[in-house]
Amino acid sequence: MSEPSPSMAAEVPRDPREASADTSAPAIHTVTARETGWTAAIRDRLEHRLPLRELLPTRQPSYVGSWVYVFGVVTIAALVWVVLSGTVLALMGSAWWHISSLGRFFNSLHFWSVQMFFIFMVLHLWGMYWGAGWRDGRAKTWMVGVVIFLVSIVTAFTGYLVQQNFDSQWIAVNAKDAINSTGLGGFFNVLNFGQMYGLHVMLFPIGVTLLVVLHIVQVRGRGVVRPIGDPYRPEPRSGETEA
Amino acid sequence: MRRHPTIDRRRYYDGVRTIPYDLVKELAIALGAVLVIVVALSAVLSSPDVPSATIRSWATADPLDFVTTAANELAGQSTVAQYGPPYNDQSGSVQGLGPIVPQQWLGVHVTVDPPNDFVLQPLSQATVGDDQLATALTSYRAASSDQQQKWLSAYIDALGNASISAGQVVTAPGSYGPVPVLMDRMLRLGRSGGLDALLLTSDHFYQTDYSKALLFMDDGGYLSGLATDQKLTGSQWGMMNETGRYPGQAWLWLYTFWYQIPPYSTASNADLLVVLTMAVLSLALLLVPFIPGLRDLPRWVPIHRLMWRSHYQEMRRRQAAGSSGSPAATPSQVPSARRA
Repeated sequence: MSEPSPSMAAEVPRDPREASADTSAPAIHTVTARETGWTAAIRDRLEHRLPLRELLPTRQPSYVGSWVYVFGVVTIAALVWVVLSGTVLALMGSAWWHISSLGRFFNSLHFWSVQMFFIFMVLHLWGMYWGAGWRDGRAKTWMVGVVIFLVSIVTAFTGYLVQQNFDSQWIAVNAKDAINSTGLGGFFNVLNFGQMYGLHVMLFPIGVTLLVVLHIVQVRGRGVVRPIGDPYRPEPRSGETEA
Repeated sequence: MRRHPTIDRRRYYDGVRTIPYDLVKELAIALGAVLVIVVALSAVLSSPDVPSATIRSWATADPLDFVTTAANELAGQSTVAQYGPPYNDQSGSVQGLGPIVPQQWLGVHVTVDPPNDFVLQPLSQATVGDDQLATALTSYRAASSDQQQKWLSAYIDALGNASISAGQVVTAPGSYGPVPVLMDRMLRLGRSGGLDALLLTSDHFYQTDYSKALLFMDDGGYLSGLATDQKLTGSQWGMMNETGRYPGQAWLWLYTFWYQIPPYSTASNADLLVVLTMAVLSLALLLVPFIPGLRDLPRWVPIHRLMWRSHYQEMRRRQAAGSSGSPAATPSQVPSARRA
């Protein structure tokens, strides 16, 4: 590369101090004034929509001190313990917890953290419903939350199917009729342990976790909705339209 | 639909007092608190684990039910033999709603042939060193379909009055052909545990599909009897219950609820009706922000006043103090659910 490319020629120093340095040497820490391309577009969009100061703020509206906001964070905490205890169970094999007291303890951690996860999630859902958390442009946040709730139910259901005990046998033979009635029984075969195990320890947990991350980013990106009856009325700025 | 304009966060929080808030610290505290609760529950209550039922335990505990089920499988009269998709091309358990029959539309994908898969194939694999069984199988296979059904029909009728003697099923003498020998060997195979393994065998070394074994067990009365004892049947809200005194999938309460009331409880297509009902309700939950009435309910029912009580009190104080310069303090902006 003997000559600087046109884009490099347009580079400007990131740090003003660099401008006073030896200008004959090539700048190392530089950014382009106007970069184009997919990567730059995505980066710029993320920086604009999800600045770190908004994602991890150190101040919040005073009403966030309400108890109703606790349920969201404890739901996340329960999910963390669900995933960690489930990871140990998966590492040791599907039959471990039946023959080991330590395995039984980890299964108990998994079992109770799932119960906690659902209790907290339902309380969070009710809290967000009665607070109308979808207001002021937050409908997508609500919808992703509902999808998390529904996918979590299916994830837990597959967990009950792979316990390898009487409960999983009975749930499987009962649930098959409902799944079969939709025509999906041949593709989502609840009697097939291998299929349900793969879904439960891999695909569904990844799905739930990614959705939760998206949900958190949505919440942090827009901030917490103002209480019902608060005076704020967003008005379009110049150039903004209401469809 | 009215699309919300882009909202500037700084403008959005105009007039709102902010407080220092450490989100990461809050999460750390939540992690610790939840861990304490979960560890305490695990240490004190453990978790449910009722051992799985096996074909061996079934054949040992209730030989008559086992043999009756096996005979019905061989006759092609069992529930799964008549089931339909995704197991076979019958129609006994096919559910539809008018012209909507997705079970038929999507067809057979888990092929199950009960006479062969549950009886004849396992017995064929157990003929080594058992000449009487080999002869009985040859005789059965050589007979016409009508003859096979006559033997089986007579034998199944006789099982209605059969007794158990020394662990054996004893029927009145009759014209059953080779069927009693086949059923006797099925019972022996079941009691030895061999049938548990034979129903899992396939062309592959590794196997994780329990479809055939579970479908065979489901056709008998043993599994449902155990479930009744554990209060797990459909009429006992079984899908949301757990063995013992543990909480189950309580989040399925609404799904289970429909099975308890008409028309679901009496409909032959109850499963499809319940699934469709839940699909509609799930869609409604998803689209709450756009459904008039549902989205307005939180403004009409003042639960939010409890949730944000301190905030509303603060705003009233600010209004009473007559502070000006803040949008939150103007008289026209008194917090009120009706003004939302």
